[in-house]
Amino acid sequence: MRLLRRFVIRLSNLATGQSADQRLQDEIAEYLAFQTEENLRAGMSPPEARRQAALKLGAAQAIREHHHAEHSIPLIENLLFDLRYALRMLLRSPGFSFIAIATMALGIGATTAIYSVINATLLHPLPYPNPSELVRIVDDLPGVGAQGVGISVPEWRDLESSGIFQSAAITGTGANVNLTGSAQPLRLSFKQVTPNYFAVLRVDAQLGRTFHANDATPGYNLEVVLSDGLWRREFAADPHVLGKAVRLDNDVYHVVGVMPRGFRDQGSTSDEQNVDLWLGAGFAGVPFPPPLRDSRLRSRVVIARLKPGLSIAAAQGHLDALVESLKKQYPADYPAQTAWTVRLVPLSETVVGSVRQTLILLFGAVGLVLLISCVNVANLLLARTSLRGREIAVRQALGAQRTRLIRQLLTESLLLFLLGGIAGFAILFCARHFLLQLVPESLPHLNNISISWGVLAFALAVSAAAGTVFGLAPACLMSRLDLTSTLRQEGRSSAGSIGRSHARQVLVVTELALSLVLMVAAGLLLRSFWDLFAVQPGFNPDRVMAIETWLPGPNDPTLDPYQTATQEAVLLREILRRSQTLPGVDEAAVGDETALPLGHKDPSRLPLIREGIETMDNQAPVIESPIVSPEYFHLLGIALERGRIFNEQDIETTPQVAVINQAAARTYWPNQDPLGKRVRLHLDTRGLPNTAQPAWTTIVGVIADARTESLADAGIPQIYRSVYQRGSKEVSIFLRGQLDISAISAQVRQQVQSLDATLPVFHAETLDEVVSTSLSVRRFSMEMVALFAATALLLAGLGIYGTISYVVNEQRREIAIRLALGAQRENILKMVLRRGLGLAAGGAGLGLAGALIVSHLMAGLLFGVSPYDLPTFAGVTIVLTGVALAASYVPALRAMRLDPITTLHAE
Amino acid sequence: MKEKPDVLQGTLALMVLKTLDVLGPLHGWGIARRIEQISGDLLAVNQGTLYPLLLKLEHEGSVASEWGASENNRRARFYRLTAAGRKQLRAETRDWEQTAAIIARFFKVKAEDLS
Repeated sequence: MRLLRRFVIRLSNLATGQSADQRLQDEIAEYLAFQTEENLRAGMSPPEARRQAALKLGAAQAIREHHHAEHSIPLIENLLFDLRYALRMLLRSPGFSFIAIATMALGIGATTAIYSVINATLLHPLPYPNPSELVRIVDDLPGVGAQGVGISVPEWRDLESSGIFQSAAITGTGANVNLTGSAQPLRLSFKQVTPNYFAVLRVDAQLGRTFHANDATPGYNLEVVLSDGLWRREFAADPHVLGKAVRLDNDVYHVVGVMPRGFRDQGSTSDEQNVDLWLGAGFAGVPFPPPLRDSRLRSRVVIARLKPGLSIAAAQGHLDALVESLKKQYPADYPAQTAWTVRLVPLSETVVGSVRQTLILLFGAVGLVLLISCVNVANLLLARTSLRGREIAVRQALGAQRTRLIRQLLTESLLLFLLGGIAGFAILFCARHFLLQLVPESLPHLNNISISWGVLAFALAVSAAAGTVFGLAPACLMSRLDLTSTLRQEGRSSAGSIGRSHARQVLVVTELALSLVLMVAAGLLLRSFWDLFAVQPGFNPDRVMAIETWLPGPNDPTLDPYQTATQEAVLLREILRRSQTLPGVDEAAVGDETALPLGHKDPSRLPLIREGIETMDNQAPVIESPIVSPEYFHLLGIALERGRIFNEQDIETTPQVAVINQAAARTYWPNQDPLGKRVRLHLDTRGLPNTAQPAWTTIVGVIADARTESLADAGIPQIYRSVYQRGSKEVSIFLRGQLDISAISAQVRQQVQSLDATLPVFHAETLDEVVSTSLSVRRFSMEMVALFAATALLLAGLGIYGTISYVVNEQRREIAIRLALGAQRENILKMVLRRGLGLAAGGAGLGLAGALIVSHLMAGLLFGVSPYDLPTFAGVTIVLTGVALAASYVPALRAMRLDPITTLHAE
Repeated sequence: MKEKPDVLQGTLALMVLKTLDVLGPLHGWGIARRIEQISGDLLAVNQGTLYPLLLKLEHEGSVASEWGASENNRRARFYRLTAAGRKQLRAETRDWEQTAAIIARFFKVKAEDLS
C-alpha cells in the first residue's frame, strides 16, 4: 500500500514535470548554515567553519542525483529521453526510416492479416460458451472399413443416459426445405435437430425461445426457430413473429423463437453454418423410420457437451466401456466382424479440420516473410552502424555505460519496428474489405474474420518481439566498438566493422535461404494447381449449366404429390421436355445433388450389399450413389465402357438397374465381370417410412471414371441409379448449349413454376464456375504463397544489394589502389560479382536443405508433383541466383567505374 | 583516525522516525545532528542518504513537512511524524526488537545448551 502510494506520487511528479530540486537546494543551504553556526560555536574561524560544513555535507551533486532519483522514476525518465532521441534520429535520416518502416509494415501487416484469419478459424472455431466441452460423436465400423456411419436413436438415448455427457443432440448436416406462401417460393436451408440441440451449444434465442430441451415428440414437433438473417429478410424483423404459422414443404410450423444476430451454427462449411431455420424433431416417429437399434441415421451428426471437468480421453474411456457392454447386450445388432466403435472428436476439430493444413502453410509462409523483413531491417540497422560509429565511440569515451548504450540503441530499433507494425496494421485496417474478397467463400467462419483488438495486440506483440530480437544483435555489435581505432581511423574499415560485415553477410545468407524455401513452396503449389487445372476431369463441363429446384417432402407422405418415382417422373419428364425447347438448349438432364460434379457438399453414401457377399446392412462398405436421368451421361460426356445405360423403359415397376463406374468395378468386383451382378442399397438417407426391404438392383453397365467428387481423386467408386426408378427430392437440371446465362435462370423458373407454382428455382451456375470454385482454397493458398515468395525475393534482392553496396563502399580505397596499380576493370567487376555469387551460393545451399524439409511437410497439399520435384528446385535456385547476381551488378558497376584519383584524394 | 561507520542500511528510517517521535518536529540538520548525538558520535549520517530518505518517508505518508522558523529565526523545513508514521514506528520497533532478541539468543548460545 505504502509502496503504491509512493509510486503514484513519483509517477505524478514525473508526469507533471514537478521538480524537488529547489526544495533540496534550500535544504542544503539551510544545512550549511546550521553546520557553519555550530562550527563557529566550536571556535573555528568563519572561513574554516564554512569549509568544514561543506566538507561534512559531501558531494552536493551526488545528493541531488539521489534526491532526484527518489523524487521521480529514472527508468521511465531515461526511456522518455531515449525515445525523444530515437525519434530525432529517425527524422534525421528519413530515407532509411522510411525503408525500414515500410519493410516492417509489409512483414507485420501480412502476418497480421493471416493471423486474423487464423484467429477467426483455428483459434476460435466455436463461438459458444465453454467450447472445449463440445465434442462430436462418430460411429465407425472399422471391420468393414466404414467411417462415420451414423447413429441410431436407441444408441443416442444410451449416450444421453450414460452420465458422460451433460447432453447429446442429433442434428442433420443441413438440408433444404421449401417455404411457400410468400410471393416467390423459397428454398431455405434448415437443420433438423433434437430439441436439446441449443441446450448443448448453450445459446439462447434473442426473441422467444428455442425448443424445450425435454420435448419428447417422436417426429417433428412443428416448432421452428428462425435465424436472425431470415427473420430480417423475410419477416422484416417483425417483433410479433412469434406464433406465426409458416408453410414448409406443405406442412404448417409455428415460429417459437429467433436466434441472436451473429449466431453461427456448428459445421465445417459456410453452408452448414448459415442455416436459415431449425426444426425440432425426435427422429423416432413419422416421417422418420422406427427407432430400431440397427437403423442408423446416416448424414446425421451427434454433438454433445461433456460433463464439466471430464477430459476427452477420460470420456472416451467411459464410452469404450459403454460400447463393450452394449455389444454384449445386443449381439445381433453389433456383429463382431464389423467391430463397431464410437469415438469422440473435439467439435473444434470438425469445424476447421479441412483447412487447417492450408492455414498453417500460409501462416508458415507469412512467418518467413516476416522473418525476412526483420532480417532486412536488422541489416539496415547494421549498415547504419558504420555511419554512427563515431558518435557511439565518442559517447563511450565520455563514459556512457555499455548497457545504457544498448538500451538506447534498442529503444531506437523498437521504435522503428513498432512504427512499422502500426503502419502495417493501419494499412491492413484500411484495406480489410478489399482483402476479404480474396478469401475463398468455402473457408469456415469467413464472416467471423475481423480486425479486432486481439489482432491489434498481436501486431504490437509481434513488432515488439521482433524489435527486441532483431534490435538486440545490432545494438550489441555496435556497442562493442574498439574505441581508439574507431576514433582514430573513422571512415576506413576498422576492426569492429569486420565483425559487423560478417554479421551482415550471415543475415543476407539467411534471407536468401528463407526466400528460397518460400519460392520452392510456391513453385510446388503452383505446379500442383497447374496439374489439377490441366487434369482431364473425365467429364466435359463446357457450356453446361446446372439449375436447382427442390420438391417438397411433407411429413405425411400421403400429402406428397411426388411420393413415388412414377409420380415424380411425370414432372421431371415434362421439365426436361420444356427445357429442351428453351433457346440455345441442346441437351437437358436431371440428377440429384450428388450428381452435380464437384459442387455437392455432402455426397450421399449408401451401404453396398453385394449379393452373396454381405448379408447385413451394417457390415457393408459405403458407396457414393448419385441418382440421374438417362441423358446425364451423354450430356456430361461420360463414356460407356461396357453394357448399357439405363433408359426410359427402366421405370419404377420394372426391375431396378444401376450403372457403376470403373473404380467401383475394380474395387468391388476385382477380376470379375460386374455386369449382371446384383446389389442392394440401404434405405434412402431421406428416411422415408418405407420399411420394406429394397429389391435387388442389377448392374447393367460400366462407365468411365470421372472426377466428379474431387479433381484430385481419380477413382472414387460410384453407383448411378435412374431417377425414374428412385425419386429424389433434390433436383439439379443440367442444360448444355449456347445458353444465355443471364436469362436462362428466369426461363427455367417460368417453365418449372408453370408446372408447379410451389417449386423454388435457384442457384444457377455454369459447371466451369463450379469446377473453378472447387479449386478456390487451393488457388487462394497458391496465390498467397506465391505473393509471399515474390515479396521475399524482392526483400532478399534488396538485402543482397545493400550488403554488396556496403562491401564496395568499405573497400573503395582498396579498389582504388588496385585500379591505380593497373588492375583490369573487368577483374574488379568479377571480384564484386563473385562476392554476390558466394552469398547466393551460401543462401541457396542452406535454403535447399530447408526447402526439402518444408516440401516434405506440405506433401499433403500437393497434387501430381513430387515434394522433391527436381525442375522446381532447380528453377527456383536459378531464379534466386539470377536475382542475387542482378542485385550485385549495380554496386559492381559502381566499383568498376571508381575513379582512383578522386577516391584516394577524398580519403 | 578511524572512519565513523555509516548508518546501517534500513535502520536510518527507524532512527529518523524515533527521533521525530521523541523530540517532535525537527529540520533536516537537526535530525542528522540528533542521530549522531544519540549514537554518541559513533555514527555519521550521510546527507546524500538522509534527504532522499526524508522525501521517501514523506511520499509514503509517514512524515509531513513544511517551512517554518528555527529557534534562531532561520527559515528551515520542519519534518514531523504523522499518525501513519507513528503506526509504522510501532510496527518497525516491534520487528526490530524481535530481530534483536533472536540475534541476542544466538550470541548467548553455548555448545552445552544444545546437547
